[in-house]
Parts: sequence; C-alpha cells; structure tokens
Amino acid sequence: MLLIRGGRVIDPASRRDEEGHLVLSEGKVREFLAGEAPKNFPGRVIPAEGKWVVPGLIDMHVHLREPGYEWKEDIRSGTLAAAAGGFTTLACMGNTKPVNDHPEVTRFILDKARTEGAVNVFPVAAVTRGLEGKEMTDFTELSEAGAVAFSDDGKPVASALLMRRAMEYARPFGYLIMTHSEDPELAEGGAAHEGWTAQRLGLPGIPAAAEDIAIAREILLARQTGGRVHIQHISTRMGVDLLRMAKRAGLAVTGETAPQYFTLTDAALEGYDTNAKMNPPLRGEEDRMAILEGILDGTIDAVASDHAPHEDYVKRCEFVAAANGIIGLQTSLPLTLALLAGGKVSPSRAVDLLSAGPARLLSLKGKGTLAPGADADVTVVDPDAEWEFRKEDILSKSRNSPFIGWKLRGRAAVTICGGRIRHSCQSGIDTDG
Amino acid sequence: MEWRRRHVLGLSDFRPEEIEFVVDTARSMEEVLTRDIKKVPALRGKTVVNLFFEASTRTRTSFEMAGKRLSADVVNFSSSTSSITKGETLLDTARNIEAMTPNILVIRHYASGAPHFLSRHLSCSIVNAGDGANEHPSQGLLDLYTILKAKGKVAGLKIAIVGDILHSRVVRSDLHSLGRMGARLWLCGPETLLPREMARTGATLTSDIREAVRDADAIIMLRIQLERQKTSFFPSIREYCRRYGLNRALFSLAKDDAVIMHPGPINRGVELSDDLADCDQSRILDQVASGVAVRMALLYLLAGGSHAAH
Amino acid sequence: MKKAPAKTILDGKGVERVLSRLTHEILEKNKGAGEIVLVGIASGGIPLSRVIRRKILSIEGVEVPAGFVDITLYRDDLSKAGYQTRLKRTEIPFSIDERKVILVDDVLYTGRTIRAAMDALMDFGRPRNIQLAVLIDRGHRELPIRADYVGRNVPTSRGETVEVRVEGEPDEWSVVLTGAPAGKGE
Repeated sequence: MLLIRGGRVIDPASRRDEEGHLVLSEGKVREFLAGEAPKNFPGRVIPAEGKWVVPGLIDMHVHLREPGYEWKEDIRSGTLAAAAGGFTTLACMGNTKPVNDHPEVTRFILDKARTEGAVNVFPVAAVTRGLEGKEMTDFTELSEAGAVAFSDDGKPVASALLMRRAMEYARPFGYLIMTHSEDPELAEGGAAHEGWTAQRLGLPGIPAAAEDIAIAREILLARQTGGRVHIQHISTRMGVDLLRMAKRAGLAVTGETAPQYFTLTDAALEGYDTNAKMNPPLRGEEDRMAILEGILDGTIDAVASDHAPHEDYVKRCEFVAAANGIIGLQTSLPLTLALLAGGKVSPSRAVDLLSAGPARLLSLKGKGTLAPGADADVTVVDPDAEWEFRKEDILSKSRNSPFIGWKLRGRAAVTICGGRIRHSCQSGIDTDG
Repeated sequence: MEWRRRHVLGLSDFRPEEIEFVVDTARSMEEVLTRDIKKVPALRGKTVVNLFFEASTRTRTSFEMAGKRLSADVVNFSSSTSSITKGETLLDTARNIEAMTPNILVIRHYASGAPHFLSRHLSCSIVNAGDGANEHPSQGLLDLYTILKAKGKVAGLKIAIVGDILHSRVVRSDLHSLGRMGARLWLCGPETLLPREMARTGATLTSDIREAVRDADAIIMLRIQLERQKTSFFPSIREYCRRYGLNRALFSLAKDDAVIMHPGPINRGVELSDDLADCDQSRILDQVASGVAVRMALLYLLAGGSHAAH
Repeated sequence: MKKAPAKTILDGKGVERVLSRLTHEILEKNKGAGEIVLVGIASGGIPLSRVIRRKILSIEGVEVPAGFVDITLYRDDLSKAGYQTRLKRTEIPFSIDERKVILVDDVLYTGRTIRAAMDALMDFGRPRNIQLAVLIDRGHRELPIRADYVGRNVPTSRGETVEVRVEGEPDEWSVVLTGAPAGKGE
C-alpha cells in the first residue's frame, strides 16, 4: 500500500485536476481521496505537497538499442534513464540488430524488460522484414508476441505501394502503423535542414519537402485505404498543417513531435555541433512555431523523445559523417513543461501529451490514467525544481545531447511503476530494489 | 594591431581589419617573390603539414610553395598515400600527424566543418584549405588580393560570380572577403545551383548571366563539375555552356576594363571560352601568383605568438 | 622603481653635425660616391639614410641609389616574439651586385638586427662589401658585429632606451636616453 499525499492530481483521462491523495495497492490505483489526508495510513507515504501527481509518463518513441547495440544503450540503462526522467512506459523501435521483425526478437525484448527493466517496455515491430521496405512482417505473430505497433523508424517505407498494402492489411485488426516520413531521394546525402544555416555552413540540405511529401503520402494512403496511421517525429510546418487537414477530414491519422523540434532550430548547428544532428533535422524558426501551434490546437497528439543513444565516437567526427539522433529521456519532461511558461499550454494538456495521449494512440490498457483500477504507474512531478542537466547526471550509456549544461525547470521527484518506486530524488523516499 | 588568431578556419568571422592585415602582409610577401632569392628564413625550424583528403594539386602546391618560401619544412600527406582507406577516423589520422609535432596543419577535406572539428581536438594551428561546400578562406583572400591589385579597390565594384553557387566553397569565402570590403556581389547560376537563401548575404541573385555580367568590374567564373549533370542539376553540359558559359559577346556587356577570374582548374570551352581564358583581361594566372603570397602571409601570421611554440 | 629623467644626448644641431661627419667618413673611405648604395633598416634607419643621401648629393653632386629593408622575416626570435605585427616594407629597386652597400641604422645594440639585415641583403645579390653606419652605438653586443661609422658611442644599461627622432624639421631631431633606474649603472 502506498499513499501519495497532498499533491495536485492531474489526470486528463478522468478530467481530474485537483488537490488530493492517491492510494495505490497491489500494483493498481485504488482510489483518489479529497479533503483531509487519511491518518495512520497502513503503508508507505509519499508526501507530494506542492507537487503534481500524474499518470506515469509514456514515451512512445525510443531506441533502447538492445539487442545488437548494447554499447550505446540496453534495456537496463534505457529504462533507468526513463525512470529518472519520469517515464514509466516506453515503446521501443525495431531497428535493433537483429531487427525486431520476428516474434523471437519481440519476446527477447519483453523478457529482458521483465527481468532487467526498471519500467514497462512495449516493443514496436518493423513494418518490413529487415527494414528493407520490400516485404511486410508477420503482423499477427508479432502482435501476439507483444508488439504494440509497427514502424520501420530510422528509415522511411520508400514504396508507396507497400505502405498502402500495410495500412490496408492492418486495418481490420486495428494494428497501428507508425511512419518515419521521408522521401529518401529528396533527402539523400543531406545532413541539415535545407535553409540559411545549411547554406551558411556549406552543409548538404534536407528540404522540408522531403518530410512533407511523405506525410502527405501517408495521409492520402490513409484516405485511400481507410486505414490508420501515426506520423512520427513531425518537424515541419507543412507537416503540422497536413496533419491538421487530415484530422479535419476525419481521417484516422495522428502525429507526434519531439521536444527538440519545439525547443531548438537549426541555429543549434553553429560550430558544426554534431549533438544537434538528427533526422528529421532541426528546422527553421517558422517550423518550430508551427509545431508549437500544433501542440496548442491539439493537432499533435503526443510528445515523444525519439531517444537515440550513440556512443561518443560516432558523434566525435566531421558533421556529415556523424550519426543522427540525440538522447531525450531525461530532458523530455522539463522541455515539455517549458511550454507552460506562455500560459497557453495547461498542465493537463502537458500530461496528455506525455501520458494519456500516447496511451490512447498505442491502446495501452490501464496506462495513461489514474482512474481506480489503472496500473499503479505514477509520476510525482516537481514543476518548480530548477536544475542543470549535467553530463554526470546522464543515466543512459550515451551522452549525445545538445541540452547538456542547460538550466531546466521541472523534474520527476518520484517515479512509481507498478506500485514500485523506481526513481526518487525526494529526500526520505528510497527506491525499491 | 597584432595577429591574435590561432586558426584560419573560414572568413565568416574575420573583421575587415583582419582581412586588411592579411592583404598587407601578402604585399610584403609578394615583394619577397620578386627577389633573386625568393626565400626568407621566417619559418625556419617550423613544420607545416598539408593534410589533403581531396585531390587538389594546385592548392596543395601553392601551400607547399608558400611554406618553402618561408623556410618551413613542408610535409604532404594526402588520402591516396595514407591510411585513410584503411578506415581510420579523421581525428585518429590528424592525431597521428599531430604526434609528429607540426606547427601548422593545412587541411583540405570533403566534409564541411572538418577543420573546425579538428581545431577543437588538436593543439597545432589549423588552416582550412577548403572544406566541403563551406569555405576556402585562402582562395577568398587571394581573390580579394587579385582584384585589389587590378583595380586598386573593391568597395563599390560590381563583382559577378557565375556557376555552381550551391556547392562552391569559393563563393562562401568570397562573400566574406569581397563582401566585407564593400563589393556589390552578384551570384549567378542555374536556379538548381543557386540557393535562394544566399540572398541573405546581401548579394543579388540572378539566373540571367547577362544581368550578372552587365557593367561588372570583375567576373569570377566557377568550375562546373561535369558530373552534376548526372544528378539533374542541369540538362547537359551543352545546355549549361549555352546559358552560363562566358564568351566574348557576353563579356562585352561588362565594363571595358573588367577582369576575368577563375579559381581553376578551368573547363575550357564550358564555363569560359578558350579565347577569354587567355585574354589580356584574364587575371587567372595572377590569382595563382597571388595565391602563394597570400598563403605565405597566412602561414607567417599563424607562426607567431606563444601558441605556436612547440 | 624610480626612473631617472630623460637625458638628451644630441639635439637637432648635434644630429645634423654627426651625420655630416658620418657622410664625410663614408665618402672618404670609399673614395667618393661612385659604387655606393644606401640601404636603411626599417624603420629607424630609413630617415637617416635619407639624410645621408641628401648630404652626399650636396657634397658630391651624386644621387646614390637608396633603398630600405625590413628585417622581420629574418629575425631569430620569431616564435618567441609573441603575436605577429604588421610587416614593414622592403624596397631595394636596384641591383646590389658588386656594389658597396652602406647599411644604415639608428642604434646599434645587440647586433642581431644587423645580422638579420645582412642575411636579407644577401638574398638580393652579392655586394662587393657591406659597411655599417649607425647614429648611436649603445654597446651590449651579442654577436661579433662592429660598425664602420659610428655617430656617437653612448654607454647605457640594458634597462635604458635610446630614442632617436629624425623626422620633420632638423630642429625637431633628437637622441634621448630614457628609462634608466635611478643611481644604478651597469
């Protein structure tokens, strides 16, 4: 039994945003109590006065690198970083080695997560075998093994025909196809957003149109097939506009963005900083503003980190040769909370983007809510904590972040997963072994 | 003023006084090159390594000549004779060379920013001899020097740069060297090779070579990489030549005393007609001569200061 | 440390007289101005060589060739000298082969500048001989170098500075000794 006492309980899924107490027992949320805190509570008490009590955060887009690239990250280190960042559930992409295109790989990840993981892990399987974009994977077997969605993330599905078939085939079973939307030819050889910064630094550009065309393609295919598709890591202005249009037209299209796309622009590439290199690339200010707009008006359904760990040496090289991607599990929450500063994003909306939204998109039962009977995944957020993101605080095996040295506001004080305390930076509250 | 810069990575952050400083030093170097014995002992005991990851005989030779004229020991290390093909990283290659304690590393690399990257990890001075499509600072300075010599000034001059603007590191350095000294720059090329963002530099962009050339004081023709045709930047070399090749008729639109320049190597009969390449108003060989003086100036300036004490 | 007041060694007239004598000595030793060329060491030697040239013209009626040399690129302390400063000009627009080169400088001190200047001259050709004319010899030689024509020998300490001014009108010219620590000789 666990009592989280006196916090501001924010649970957009149950439309709750009020002071009170949350009781957890047997791995589930038991009840919400308003008014006086229960006296002589027969269990552990976590004081949460002045803090927020929210459903455990869900990052629906991470790369845990296991199996195959354990020197970059593994399930243990990735989930520890997640817990420290307030996340209780991760959806990990399938571009491992071997690729998660076979139920054995899916089961391996789930077994590993059960034995070594600090938080819940849900594998995302590949759409095509070997991410080669040629043949579909066995959706049913993979789904039965535990895959929650399908994506070739890291690579686009180049063939419109194959994408069409995948959406069509998946539709009756309700399988979710997620896409890394990019026209490979338009993007070929590019290393930075095609714009002033790339011109100035002499870097080969990736035009926004490379992403926009692919997003438009997914939307048109969703319309054609009546299928459902989720656009990953949207970074462009037109991408947001297209998604908005698709939603207005009543299509089953959803989309996520990542904190880097609403926090940074390609100006961060100055000095050829390889920690600002990613795909899709950091875009222009106009794109960043459009992403914010998409978050405000609900066009964007979720914020996911696209946590992509890389060892130092693949980043310690000339810019065009550097690996794409940044880690994000420990910075996603404060960077998203920074959106509250303008007063336009409410705390409840922020929780929706980081928890309820992803749970809805991935159809995760018992997640993303604090309703009685839900899983006892809870994050106690200290919204006012000011801290510096230092290299030595990184729990991931990799340190490829452009946010090192940033002064951030807001962090996970306590992360509880399945009723067990997986992270705490609150004095007097120890983690469970 | 004294020279405080440790590296020459690009001209993007050069102040006009610094550009002027280099030009002035190059003038003294040019005088050395007029002597019977074209060599001074200024860099005796210093080592300059030319680290070239891209074939470029002329830039390498120019730096080599510059180093030798200053009595430095010059060592050439190019990708064809190195371990680069064995998959060594750039940093490892550079560190290996640094272990031999050169004072100055002159680097040419196909990746933009490679010299900037090395400058953060090595302790010797670094001169960028061309990085990807980013900058070619010594070329930018020698273009300025050549025009100053021909015209006595650059401020107010109309200077047209014609060709593959998109992939040109020469343009990105010329924009700083010529632009910062007050030239009116015109960039011209097929729209596919003329990024619109370049207008932010203050240059005027046009796809019409006549507009670019009309009343120009200097015309810098860029080499067109013949293989660009394969990636559909323009239909054919023939078509390119017709639209963007400089010939007598077009050149007659420029000022009577206009000069023609080209960073080389020239595709004769493609971007520049055969007769123009050798005409009286061509300053192409002057550029080569100025190049040695400018590079001597850069090497000399970087060899001073406590940071150069190896 | 307390500094002694600046001490004037030569005033305008004094410099004028000394340079007249030097010119006469040069002409006497070389039996006229026939094979002489003057090379001033930048910067201090340049105005002096100009004065000597004028005096030769008025005495002999001959315009001897005159140039100047910047020794910066020949210095032996380039890497210890701190940041690079602007180079001065070198201009020897005549052949020095088989000529008698009169190297002119304002102050002879360690001798290192003269060594550098001689190395520079050698790069321009093969003179019959090189002679050295200086306005002031302040001692403290570090190389086996001696002037052929000396305006004035001035014993100094290393802490002192000899300031030679031969710009503008002759009555503005001067040689001043400054900066010696009070009451301490060397």
